[in-house]
Amino acid sequence: MIDKNQKIIDKNLDQEYKYGFTTDIEQIKFEPGLDENVIRKLSNIKNEPKWLLNWRLKAYKNWKKMKEPTWANIHYGPIDYQALSYYAAPKIKSRKNLDEVDPEILDTYNKLGISLNEQKRLEGVAVDAIFDSVSITTTFKDELAKQGVIFCSFSEAVTEYPDLVKKYLGSVIPYTDNYFAALNSAVFSDGSFVYIPKNVKCPMELSTYFRMNASNTGQFERTLIIADEGSEVSYLEGCTAPMRDENQLHAACVELIAHEDATIKYSTIQNWYAGDKNGKGGIYNFVTKRGICAGDRSKISWTQVETGSAITWKYPSVILKGNDSIGEFYSVAVTKNKQQADTGTKMIHIGKNTKSTIISKGISAGEGQNTYRGGVKILKNAENARNFSQCDSILIGDKCGAHTFPYIDVKNQTAKMEHEASTSSIGEDQLFYCNQRGIKLDNAVSMIVNGFCKEVFEELPMEFAVEAKQLIEVTLENSVG
Amino acid sequence: MIKIKNLQVSIDEKDILKGIDLEIPKGEVHAIMGRNGSGKSTLANTIAGNEKYEVKNGSIHMNNIDITEMSVENRALSGIFVCFQYPVAIPGVSMAYFLRASINAHFEHQGKEEMDAVEFLNKSKKILSELNLDDSFLKRSINDGFSGGEKKKSEILQLLALNPKFAILDETDSGLDIDALKTVANGVNKFNSKDNSTLIITHYERLLQYINPDVVHVMVDGKIKKSGDMSLAKEVEKKGYSWLLK
Repeated sequence: MIDKNQKIIDKNLDQEYKYGFTTDIEQIKFEPGLDENVIRKLSNIKNEPKWLLNWRLKAYKNWKKMKEPTWANIHYGPIDYQALSYYAAPKIKSRKNLDEVDPEILDTYNKLGISLNEQKRLEGVAVDAIFDSVSITTTFKDELAKQGVIFCSFSEAVTEYPDLVKKYLGSVIPYTDNYFAALNSAVFSDGSFVYIPKNVKCPMELSTYFRMNASNTGQFERTLIIADEGSEVSYLEGCTAPMRDENQLHAACVELIAHEDATIKYSTIQNWYAGDKNGKGGIYNFVTKRGICAGDRSKISWTQVETGSAITWKYPSVILKGNDSIGEFYSVAVTKNKQQADTGTKMIHIGKNTKSTIISKGISAGEGQNTYRGGVKILKNAENARNFSQCDSILIGDKCGAHTFPYIDVKNQTAKMEHEASTSSIGEDQLFYCNQRGIKLDNAVSMIVNGFCKEVFEELPMEFAVEAKQLIEVTLENSVG
Repeated sequence: MIKIKNLQVSIDEKDILKGIDLEIPKGEVHAIMGRNGSGKSTLANTIAGNEKYEVKNGSIHMNNIDITEMSVENRALSGIFVCFQYPVAIPGVSMAYFLRASINAHFEHQGKEEMDAVEFLNKSKKILSELNLDDSFLKRSINDGFSGGEKKKSEILQLLALNPKFAILDETDSGLDIDALKTVANGVNKFNSKDNSTLIITHYERLLQYINPDVVHVMVDGKIKKSGDMSLAKEVEKKGYSWLLK
């Protein structure tokens, strides 16, 4: 059976990445390299206020003093930060009117299954489309504005809502936080901005679609979501990139702020190009995501389905500051071929009666390496804090690996902690059982894996849950024999 | 229906079946009795095509087609079904999803359209009530946290839903209380018809009392030592197996 497995796994490795095409368009692109002048130029091109430029420069100075972290369970060659271009944007006259957007770009999004035409769009979902370093358009903005919801590109927010941006930017992830967050703070180009006013339940799903197109560039987006008292929002991001032989850097920052009684649900379907079967090319995905439950009874829930990227390094976290606040992390991470993922979460309990739940499902196939790294910290004043963690891994084939690193730090004796972990091979017994019922191998594998991921998929908004299931099926097709 | 000739099978180079000859015509129910380790479950797994079992010699024919080298799913799709002694759990996959997937795999093979959800539900609810199972059974993850009795009933549920040509019941009676045993036996009797065949593998005679097989075989050390009618099963129950070892 093993030989047959290997044969079919090998066949799988030759599978094409569906979103690997490039778009040929006129673009403005900085020469490779990074110094203060590049940051000034970037800030200038975006007409940014002085305070933001200064913030960027401080971040840059800080970054220069920092060292790239080496503690993660990932292995890659050195990244030459001077060889990257820090700004690439298609030439667009105006963002206001879709008619003026290059048809090539609209076509790109159509090919990706994302229609930027509001009439054709999935009902109930508004989209901010980010192409390399800039936002192309944001749909349903006017309709959202009727309820006072702000959903726009980050650059636009800087001009239109400077007070909000100034107040919250870096409030959850300071530029001193870590190496990649510092780099992002210095050079971030665009991203999405969301503000939900008091007591408003956002009437539709908000989503951002990130597309990296230009070669030799990094994408450094910054997303900021603020849910004011008693408000509610569900947000989803999707990501793809062309197949290129070089490794491209993606270092994003996402900050979430939930005030009293507010709820933010943030879902990610990450399908960046993962590199070829020999591990050539693919996205290096170094992302810092953190939310703060600032107010009492607030709630932040992260759900992620990570199937792409050569390297994934991300730990969406929640600071549970408000009393009775809730933090959740639901994750499915798939690694195949030579993909490496080191992902997990941090739950920091500060307030009383705070509660966190962590459900992590790792799937490794081919030579993929999958690491769960999670920290739960209960601070001194966090009376009656509760955490439940469950980390399960499944192995497909005998060349992959699963690793679990849970860190627990409890400073208050009233805390209740539960941790469960399991690792299993996709059972030949399970496959035999399915086969004996007439179910073919591929269907059996996707059935078993989908069953394994069920608790996480249930957290995704309906239409995206379907997408996630299909993505897993395509990713694992022919991975067992 | 099923014709097994001189079947010799080993696992990890250890010979388990040492030349089995067995023929089960259409419409008949046969039983194989034997001690632990005599090779009964090996026979079931080999007929199903489990690749852990290596066929060293001999052949298996079904309806005059040699299936000795056929893949597990093609055998299943040709109409072979095994009620497993220890069916594995598949967490997160509901009974309904699994059952419908297997029914539709068979339908697709037969060139039929998929069974629609309403028809599927009606059909499975009917079988569930016959097995004294609640409708909510369909929503549970297959074999995950099932009691011993539930696992056996789940296998019978699948047997009745798929209605195969040839069924093997591998110790379906083990670990059942008397009520569950009767329910399971009723299910098997419901399945048995002139158009299909059944092989019942068991240690004990008690299930056979309810099913009444046409032929009873006793297996000893990888061979069929003796065949007869129901009276042979009664004799074994009374005297044990030792008299057959000589």
